[in-house]
Amino acid sequence: MDTNQYLEVFIDESNENLQVVNDRLLDLENNSDDLTIVNDIFRAAHTLKGMSATMGYEDLADLTHKLENVLDAIRNEKIKVQPSILDVLFDSVEALEDIVGDVSNGGDGKKDVSSIVTKLQAIEAGEDLVSNGSLNKPVSSKGESTIELDEFETTVLDEAKSQGQNIFDINVSLAEDCLLKAARVYMVFEVLEKAGEVIKSIPSVDQLEDEQFEESFQMLFVSDEDADTIQAKIFKVSEVNDVQVNTFNPVNSASNLKEVKNVAEEEVSATVEDSVKDTNKEQKKAVGNKTIRVNIERLDALMNLFEELIIDRGRLEQISQSLEHQDFRETVERMTRTSSELQNVILTMRMVPIDQVFNRFPRMVRNLARDLGKKIDFEIEGAETELDRTVIDEIGDPLVHLIRNAVDHGVEMPDERIGQGKSDTGKLLLKAYHSGNNVFVEITDDGGGINKDRVLQKALSNGIITQEQASNLNDRQIFELIMASGFSTADQISDISGRGVGLDVVKNTIESLGGSIEIDSELGVGTTFSIKLPLTLSIISVMLVVLDDDTYAIPLSSIIETAVINKNDIYKAHGREVIDFRGNIVPLVHLRQVFNFNDMYENDDYYSVILVRKGDQMAGLVVDSFIGQQEIVLKNLGNYLRDVFAVSGATILGDGEVALIVDTNALIK
Amino acid sequence: MTEVNENQKYIVFQLKDEYYGVPVNVVGSIERIQRITRVPNTPSFIKGVINLRGVVTPIIDLRERFNMEPEEYSEQTRIIIVHLDGIDVGLIVDGANDVVDLNQDAIEPPPEVIGQVSVDYIKGVSKNDNRLLILLNLERVLSTEEMDKLASVN
Repeated sequence: MDTNQYLEVFIDESNENLQVVNDRLLDLENNSDDLTIVNDIFRAAHTLKGMSATMGYEDLADLTHKLENVLDAIRNEKIKVQPSILDVLFDSVEALEDIVGDVSNGGDGKKDVSSIVTKLQAIEAGEDLVSNGSLNKPVSSKGESTIELDEFETTVLDEAKSQGQNIFDINVSLAEDCLLKAARVYMVFEVLEKAGEVIKSIPSVDQLEDEQFEESFQMLFVSDEDADTIQAKIFKVSEVNDVQVNTFNPVNSASNLKEVKNVAEEEVSATVEDSVKDTNKEQKKAVGNKTIRVNIERLDALMNLFEELIIDRGRLEQISQSLEHQDFRETVERMTRTSSELQNVILTMRMVPIDQVFNRFPRMVRNLARDLGKKIDFEIEGAETELDRTVIDEIGDPLVHLIRNAVDHGVEMPDERIGQGKSDTGKLLLKAYHSGNNVFVEITDDGGGINKDRVLQKALSNGIITQEQASNLNDRQIFELIMASGFSTADQISDISGRGVGLDVVKNTIESLGGSIEIDSELGVGTTFSIKLPLTLSIISVMLVVLDDDTYAIPLSSIIETAVINKNDIYKAHGREVIDFRGNIVPLVHLRQVFNFNDMYENDDYYSVILVRKGDQMAGLVVDSFIGQQEIVLKNLGNYLRDVFAVSGATILGDGEVALIVDTNALIK
Repeated sequence: MTEVNENQKYIVFQLKDEYYGVPVNVVGSIERIQRITRVPNTPSFIKGVINLRGVVTPIIDLRERFNMEPEEYSEQTRIIIVHLDGIDVGLIVDGANDVVDLNQDAIEPPPEVIGQVSVDYIKGVSKNDNRLLILLNLERVLSTEEMDKLASVN
């Protein structure tokens, strides 16, 4: 069967289904008893299996098939959901995403999935012993139901077994109305310590002492005595409702061990709760609307045509001004209004919720926190905020970097946090919201904050700033130093983020999108990265100015105001021309100099100055004269001309001429 | 371009008194000279950009690219628009008015010394109607790596 024509649909739908699986798995992590969630995942996986088999992607079909088997077993309550199983499920989804990604990049969708398939099969087949041992009862505290063994514990168990001791998996439930749970736990432990050795308890002893569990807890116990004796002894402790003592089989545990060993922090699971709620809301809303699927290329084509129209509109406006024909002028004005509305409609059509980017972060944070042994409560706000598709496509990587950075360098290790009197679980908030013609994205952590002195020292030793400059910087300028190239504050280089490159790339990417990034931080309290992005990249408002015979465009977003300055009001400071602008000393930049014109503009006693800003800094750009404000269509200079200094792109004016767009960020240092 | 033993069409253009050829399949169009918006801080052979039916297209002066002495543009001056590996560029040439069929067999490797253009930029030569046709290696001519090097020298 020729399947090529369906490929696009296949990729779209596969991604949608994978997203459902992903989202619902995160849900499941928090509500391991909710079988409706499992049903949702099962359905999505089933669809995916059918589609991939039809399309002939065998690895994909194979893996989804195994996934489906495990899900089916969970659905039929043959397997209990546990963190170890969830990890394997997440791994499977990741592998599936890789395959679909490969297919959409023109690959053949082949991938070695055997190791994951083996794990899935192991879960499907070997679950009985595990569930017998520990999970006959629904475990009330979320997620914490597996017995995870580190190497030390495995060794102890192996030794005990070789010495002929019994290993028991003991599950104790206290009475619901038990008042002094910690005391009862203590008594149970005391009884057990007399008869043998408690290797491990779930939750941990510390958590048990803090009463951080509901009614039941679980232990691995090594003893010479038999199960019944132990059970009887525990029952002697009052307010104990139920005791189950089962033989724990280390051989079986060893097979689970590999999957389980790396699981360090299930607590992260708690983290995703809010974001998931958010997504759910989003999905429900989407169902309510009537939608059609449109190829992005068609939208791009529509946008391109509209851009042509804008250029012609500019031309018509020019003609109508010179013609002084009443009817003509009115018609042009009406057309201008209509096309502005049309522009809004087209722009809205291209808007997609930022959730498309955000939705991969909960799992990323979960994995990062697990790998680093940190506890992180990750929240997402404003995932429904909409941005132009082109911005969405570009913003993912910078955000990944900033979030990794926050997890790695921002949030401290749990014991360190406790030492500082904070909760051991760090908070990480990712928030998006609209304001005016911009979208703001903020990443806030309640970690250690940025150490200003260390930043300054590092910047000095790396030669990024001089001693003199260092003494004049305000807080925000100091924080900005960490985004200078060749700067890294992390004491250790880690795999997760940072080899001294990165934040400068983030900054450059954001600025190339016409946005800006600011950092706020307080030592010991936390750090906020705040990104400001334009709603759209393709049509912007500019001020057109004249330099010699050429027209240049300066984005309105960076302009504070325009001024005509008498040459007598210009001072010299450190050999540079400066002006006093409302009490601020602002350096002047002659655009003719920047752009290598042969001669300077020396016509009269006044300078035409455009005051622009970048963060807290300002500069006055000297031009020959102003033309006026206009909406223009942003065009790039093509692949041949890359990185032209102080030029961010070009546009086509009403008369068909090309005007270059000034990159004011490059002019302010 | 495929190395099959077939005829391929080439656009013939002049630089000074020499004839050059580029394969017709990379040529988008041939334009008359028009106003070019200068792009500052670029190598001098980059004349600037033009509005080519809504697409901002960079323009290279081939004479300057090959370090020949510049000449005033005339009625004969043309801009050959080429597409190559995602790059759209216009090449200013002294004139372009011919299309020839060349058999791949008739193309010889470039001799060590030929005309004024460095042998690096030449793919081969071919005799055609009693004139020597120099076939350009456009990939090299448009290499941005080289442009970066030039920019740093300037």
